[in-house]
Amino acid sequence: MAITRTAPFSALQRWHVDLPLFYAILALAGISLLVVFSASGANFLIAAKHLVRLVMAFGILIMVAQIRPENLQRLAPVLFAVALILLVAVLGVGIVSKGARRWLGLGPATFQPSEIMKLALPMMLAWYFARVPLPPNLRQLAIAALITLVPVALIAKQPDLGTAVLVFGSGFAIVFLSGMGWRVFASLVALAAIAIPYVWTHLHGYQQKRILTLLDPGSDPLGAGYHTLQGMIAIGSGGFFGKGWLNSSQAHLDYLPEAKTDFVFAVFAEEFGLLGILVLLGIYLFILYRGLFIAYLAQDTFTRLLAGGLTLVFFFYAFVNIGMVSGILPVVGVPLPLVSYGGTALVTLMAAFGMLMGIHTHRKIAA
Amino acid sequence: MNRPARTPGYPVRTAVVLGFLLSALVLLGARAIWLQVITSGYLQEQGNARHLRVIQDNSHRGMIFDRHGEPLAVSTPVESVWAEPDALTEVRDRWPALARVLGMSVQELGQAVRHSQGREFMYLRRHVTPEQATQVRKLEIAGVGLQREYRRYYPSGTVAGHVVGFTNVDDQGLEGIELAYDKWLRAVPGRKRVLKDRFGNIVESVESVSLPEPGKDLTLSIDRRLQYLVYRELKNAVVQHRARGASAILLDAHTGEVLAMVNEPGFNPNNRANLASNLFRNRAVTDVLEPGSTIKPFTIAAGLESGRFTPNTPIDTAPGLLTVGRNTIRDVHNYGLITVTQVLEKSSNIGAARIALALNSSSVRDLFVRAGFGRGTGSGLPGEVNGRINSSARIPIEQATLAYGYGIAVTPLQLTRAYGALANDGVILPVSLLRRDVVGEGERIFTEKTARAVRQMLELAVSRDGTGAAAQVGFYRVGGKTGTAHKLLNGEYADHRYVASFAGFAPASDPRLVMVITVDEPSTGIYFGGQVAAPVFSKVMAGALRLLNIPPDNLDGPARRTAQLTSGGTT
Repeated sequence: MAITRTAPFSALQRWHVDLPLFYAILALAGISLLVVFSASGANFLIAAKHLVRLVMAFGILIMVAQIRPENLQRLAPVLFAVALILLVAVLGVGIVSKGARRWLGLGPATFQPSEIMKLALPMMLAWYFARVPLPPNLRQLAIAALITLVPVALIAKQPDLGTAVLVFGSGFAIVFLSGMGWRVFASLVALAAIAIPYVWTHLHGYQQKRILTLLDPGSDPLGAGYHTLQGMIAIGSGGFFGKGWLNSSQAHLDYLPEAKTDFVFAVFAEEFGLLGILVLLGIYLFILYRGLFIAYLAQDTFTRLLAGGLTLVFFFYAFVNIGMVSGILPVVGVPLPLVSYGGTALVTLMAAFGMLMGIHTHRKIAA
Repeated sequence: MNRPARTPGYPVRTAVVLGFLLSALVLLGARAIWLQVITSGYLQEQGNARHLRVIQDNSHRGMIFDRHGEPLAVSTPVESVWAEPDALTEVRDRWPALARVLGMSVQELGQAVRHSQGREFMYLRRHVTPEQATQVRKLEIAGVGLQREYRRYYPSGTVAGHVVGFTNVDDQGLEGIELAYDKWLRAVPGRKRVLKDRFGNIVESVESVSLPEPGKDLTLSIDRRLQYLVYRELKNAVVQHRARGASAILLDAHTGEVLAMVNEPGFNPNNRANLASNLFRNRAVTDVLEPGSTIKPFTIAAGLESGRFTPNTPIDTAPGLLTVGRNTIRDVHNYGLITVTQVLEKSSNIGAARIALALNSSSVRDLFVRAGFGRGTGSGLPGEVNGRINSSARIPIEQATLAYGYGIAVTPLQLTRAYGALANDGVILPVSLLRRDVVGEGERIFTEKTARAVRQMLELAVSRDGTGAAAQVGFYRVGGKTGTAHKLLNGEYADHRYVASFAGFAPASDPRLVMVITVDEPSTGIYFGGQVAAPVFSKVMAGALRLLNIPPDNLDGPARRTAQLTSGGTT
């Protein structure tokens, strides 16, 4: 495994693209195009828009891949500081939509600072742990916890619990990978268990309801359990081979909410069946493998932690989304990575994959 | 501060991470298998329950034709507007537009919806116009839809109203043939599975659960041309004599098929709004009358059958009065000593009574029963009654009055059928309102000889000197008998209320057509059957014999069209 080759032998590789990862992402993008087209009711306009976004996102991936890891490391604190400031700003002057203040206006465009934080926090933590001896001691862990919890709290305040959980997960992944002691880990788990009742009482009513309906989606089939139930019905209706492309009745008859965004997995499952799901999970598994492999080959702490963290977070996204749609996790607004329709999450993810590729392709030849 | 790479520093941690990730993947995979393989049946059912619906798929009722294939009742497709009351309640803002299209006020619409609250289905308006249907469709209101139905249309309108009958808005037969053959005519609605979206709109038809079966067509024995002819002449008579009502039946003597059946006053089955339901009664089968003199041919037939009378047997009817027990029978004039033939020609009550009294006490009654009086005709028409013959006909006065048509209640159709037996050489045929390709099995009620003898007498009864002279038809020999009966009102015979009737056949040489006309309460002062009913017979037969291409049998002596009204009044 000590092979390192910087001499590029294809155009893409010359642009610091990791081919196995690239093809896997391309496969997901292809699936995404098919399913989004079907879920939108065979709407060519939406499919075209999605295609344009995918192309742009690939452009961003390649651009990010050009950045040398050393420069990423230098950039990390700056990016984190900027993201933090924006998060504070959004609480003050953000645009309110659907009862939450998540967006910042920037001329005609709007964006969510929390999306930047999804990348900035892992980078910041990796930057921090690269400066201290590992495994970290308690004081360092406390600092890492502070770095994690401040943005998480800001995001939770918007309120955007789903993103807060994801950002927290990305932070925790890095801390865990940094070599946090088992005793600390155990006490954290215990602390979390103790905190559950406290957190529960501080959840919004609708959030409590979502978790409760998870236990029994049938209890309120037209209200809180509606999304989950329709998702499960769509998946179950697919059966082993699926109903075939463009044949999802749940989506086409408007029963399935958010069919092309958060619940796109249900459409995919209804149309392509268990077979399709296994293929999709296989692609995710391959990306997971490739990401961890890149982390394994990474040459310093920053890149290794960052590569491992980003890969785990990507997988975490997929797990949370599929778990939510198939009714084993509560409904949180998490899109299916690289498959759901929507621009922001796509850009964030592609940037992350750009970093992964950059980390891998900018390695020095010496072992 | 870069650490050397690839120090396998944390083997346990690596194993834990990989273990976590793999179990997460396995969990998702297991969940997918659980949903898609193990519980997929239940979930698919749930999905289908949400978007698959089985709805009724209507088809059209069978057509009714006349004997030549002319339509008497046809079904045309129309749309009906239905709604789900609860869904409609939620879109009150659309009510004004909907109400405007349906031609009702918003209040009326609201009331109708409130009334059906809690139910899943209601009709907003049945049988709307195509324009309304299009507009309703354009409104695209959730919970409001259209259902294909069929509306009945009767091309003959009033002319065949009573025979054909009609259906209700649900396409169920209510009267006439429509009711009698409802099972045959009625369509069996099919069921089809459709895909509905979340808003209840039908997206597409998936499959047929059961195919709709259109109703079967029915061909009647009615001839539309003859039906119209009878209708026209009967209506004229009713208007001319200011009668309360009238019935007429035209029968094919060889087959027992009813060629025309008309009642006055009629009704238009296409527009029955605000009509009293007693108008719908087909009085030719639902109402009975005392036939009076029109029954006398059968009394004579009984006499001839007994062998004790021939057409020329003399009967003393002087002095125009006959006392039986405490009752007295009267003739209009004193006819003196007359033959059996003349009893019919003059319509002598005393003559008929004497024949009956001379016979075995039950002979006349028995023959009447065999001639079909007092039992159903088998026409199948709704509301048909059997009529009745006095059972105490062994008492002499009852026996005597029965002989000239009192103490017996018959429907016009029964009388027609009995005359059919006379015309058919003594064999009575079952009557039919459906076209018959095979003649039904008849039953001989008297000998051919008797039938011919009575027919000859009836021919004389419409001769120049007979009571029914007005029934004569140019170029054809016809036979028949008039009747003028007092109406029985509250158990007593009313003095000035009559039923004028005529029963006859043509052509007399080989009768093809039999016709009975009864006119209820002519009120212009002219009330004898020979004056009121016989002319209808003449006019209808003149037209019918030509329409049916029946060769004339009396080319030598064109009949005079002047009715003899002076002599021979009867009761």
